[in-house]
Amino acid sequence: MTNKRNLIFAMSVLLSFGLCQNAFAQFPGGGQGPQGAPQGAQQARPAFQGQAPQGGPQGGQQARPQGGFGARQPVTFEPTDITPYFSPSTKKPMAPDSEGFIRRWLLLEPITKSTIRNSNTPFVDSYIREQFGMQYFPNQMTLIPRDGDVVKVDGKDLKWHALDSKLYNTKLFRFATSLENSDRYGILFWAVTVINCDEDIENIRLAVGSNSASMWWLNGEEAVILSGDRRMVADDATSKRLTLKKGKNVLRGAVINGPGMSDFCVRFIDENGNPVKNMTITNE
Amino acid sequence: MKRQNTILGIAALLSVFTLNSNAQVGQPFIHDPSTIVKCDGKYYTFGTGGGGLISEDGWNWHSGAQRPGGGAAPDAMKVGDRYLIVYGSTGGGLGGGHAGRINTMWNTTLDPQSPDFKFTEAVEIASSEIDEDCDAIDPSVLLDPTTGRMWVSYGTYYGFIRIVEIDPKTGERVKGNVAKDIAIDCEASALIYRNGWYYLLGTHGTCCDGVNSTYNIVVGRSRNVLGPYLDNVGRDMLKGGGRMVIAAGDRKTGAGHFGRYVEEEGVEKMSFHWEADYDQGGRSVLAIRPLLWKNDWPYAGELFKEGTYEIESERRGYALELAVDFVRQQGGRGMFGGGATAGPQAIEEQSLIDVYEKWPKDNIDVRIGDYMFRPHQKWTVTAVPEAGGYLGGQYYKITIAGTKRALAATADREVITVPQYTGAAEQLWRIEQLTDGTYRIMPKEVPGCDEELVLMSSGDSTPSLGKFDFSSDNYKWNFRNH
Repeated sequence: MTNKRNLIFAMSVLLSFGLCQNAFAQFPGGGQGPQGAPQGAQQARPAFQGQAPQGGPQGGQQARPQGGFGARQPVTFEPTDITPYFSPSTKKPMAPDSEGFIRRWLLLEPITKSTIRNSNTPFVDSYIREQFGMQYFPNQMTLIPRDGDVVKVDGKDLKWHALDSKLYNTKLFRFATSLENSDRYGILFWAVTVINCDEDIENIRLAVGSNSASMWWLNGEEAVILSGDRRMVADDATSKRLTLKKGKNVLRGAVINGPGMSDFCVRFIDENGNPVKNMTITNE
Repeated sequence: MKRQNTILGIAALLSVFTLNSNAQVGQPFIHDPSTIVKCDGKYYTFGTGGGGLISEDGWNWHSGAQRPGGGAAPDAMKVGDRYLIVYGSTGGGLGGGHAGRINTMWNTTLDPQSPDFKFTEAVEIASSEIDEDCDAIDPSVLLDPTTGRMWVSYGTYYGFIRIVEIDPKTGERVKGNVAKDIAIDCEASALIYRNGWYYLLGTHGTCCDGVNSTYNIVVGRSRNVLGPYLDNVGRDMLKGGGRMVIAAGDRKTGAGHFGRYVEEEGVEKMSFHWEADYDQGGRSVLAIRPLLWKNDWPYAGELFKEGTYEIESERRGYALELAVDFVRQQGGRGMFGGGATAGPQAIEEQSLIDVYEKWPKDNIDVRIGDYMFRPHQKWTVTAVPEAGGYLGGQYYKITIAGTKRALAATADREVITVPQYTGAAEQLWRIEQLTDGTYRIMPKEVPGCDEELVLMSSGDSTPSLGKFDFSSDNYKWNFRNH
């Protein structure tokens, strides 16, 4: 979502440099202009530092854009600690949390989308269908990656990370900021998880909130699309009634965001909006 | 008043006329209607003079209900598997004597065509004599859900409104029960109970004067069925108190004879008559309105009016819209509205022409989103008279304004828009105001589904169909014209 802070900062940049793309050349996030080549091939690693930064999950060591109108202060970001937000996944099957939210995900390091770094306004349905319809890596819609697998996107190696969120939502932004040399704005994430059921669970809905736009597929079928410049709101959009089949179900999502905090939350709900929890979650 | 002189005139008023779209259709001509009662799928109401109305759908009414005894202003109630009729077998008149009799009788069906249709012999439960401070007509019956006891109120402007207790098994007066005065200056009283309160509704104003009738329905409430019934400023109805529930409007005058009909939790209707409908020659007609409740006071809801609206979800406040690409408009961007060259020039709203050709031509999904008064969010709601109706309302089509693209229910219990309205049952919508003032929107049919489902928010941004639950805002909508 584009918030006022982003807008003010963006305007300050524009005021300083005029409406030219060069203004973005030194935009925080690392070494790549909007039309530039992808970043170097150095593989990013999430920064697990073993303890939460002061201030808890909302604190962190992130340098923030400073200044208001007419001010421009380039900011250099350092990787932030991922620990308050994620822990490495284990092999032990995981249950949804008490509210049914699914916290175990395989997350691909973000794909750079420089053209939307400064705005979420392009995220109409046709645009995000086009963006999520592109093939970024082989077997994109069927792959169940393993932790550490690497795919090459636009010449850049991106790694899959098996993570368990410590929050009901999955803070993609903090995943990105924990990586070295990763963009944090103007990015597209892929997420995969595996839902295991002892029996068919019928007439339930996939309920998603995301910041910003996203699409979700269950067992290869499109389930939900969230277009526009969105906030992450629990149960924002739902699928039609669907069935989680007995055995393994693959849930796949893609989230795109310009400026702002990228995240999502996902759960299944029943006819009355209550969480569905009789399942386990694995990453294989 | 009513009464003897008007009773004779009622039958002559029952003739066919063209009706406007806001009234009950058919031949809804009645005076002093009883509470509406449903029997074997049909709706019945009884009036002064012995007859009454029947409707198969609650919208199209015709004469045909029958009861013996004549007299004035009956009330009706289903009690167990029987139907109780309470009526005044006489009519006093303000300028005449005031000897009156209140009677009860039973039937196992209200359908005159049924072989079981046979009223029991009437039993007198209350009376008034000439020059007594009461005029024993216009009864109303209440079965107290908290105690199982049954009460009848009766009376007119001439003296007191009184309450007596009757046996809900026999319909006879409880032995030893003494009538109690509970109001003055009313007639056509009605007793109801809700949420720990007993309500006494009465009709004030002038009866039976055609378009000049000032009849209006007022209410007081009490924690005790025997009163005191106080209005919203604490004034006892024995001192003439009463808060207005409904009076003249919409080219109709003389609201009287309140009756409450509870369809289900959150869906209530109030029946009454208009003394005169300007669009029907000034005759007296049956009226049905949504019954609303606010701070435990009853209010008359509004008849739904055709128009172009935002359909706003009560869940989040977002607007029902076509799932099409948002088309940006120019203007207002930069400097937070303070641009140096910006002048106070009006910006035209986005028009249908600006976006229509960009929309798909076949079915388009619907979703719920931020209201921006854009063409894909404006819905025109139009009555479909030939589609029939339901209790107090008719069916509507809901189309994107300026187009024939129509909202439709689907066999998988979802909603879409189809490019062309065809009149199919899944494109017809029942729109009912709920007791909290919001609306429920129900397709006439869901293909392949026997359940009654309503438009709902399965998520903030996703509409669907589901079984109505008044306790959840997921099933409620608002029609906003702004």
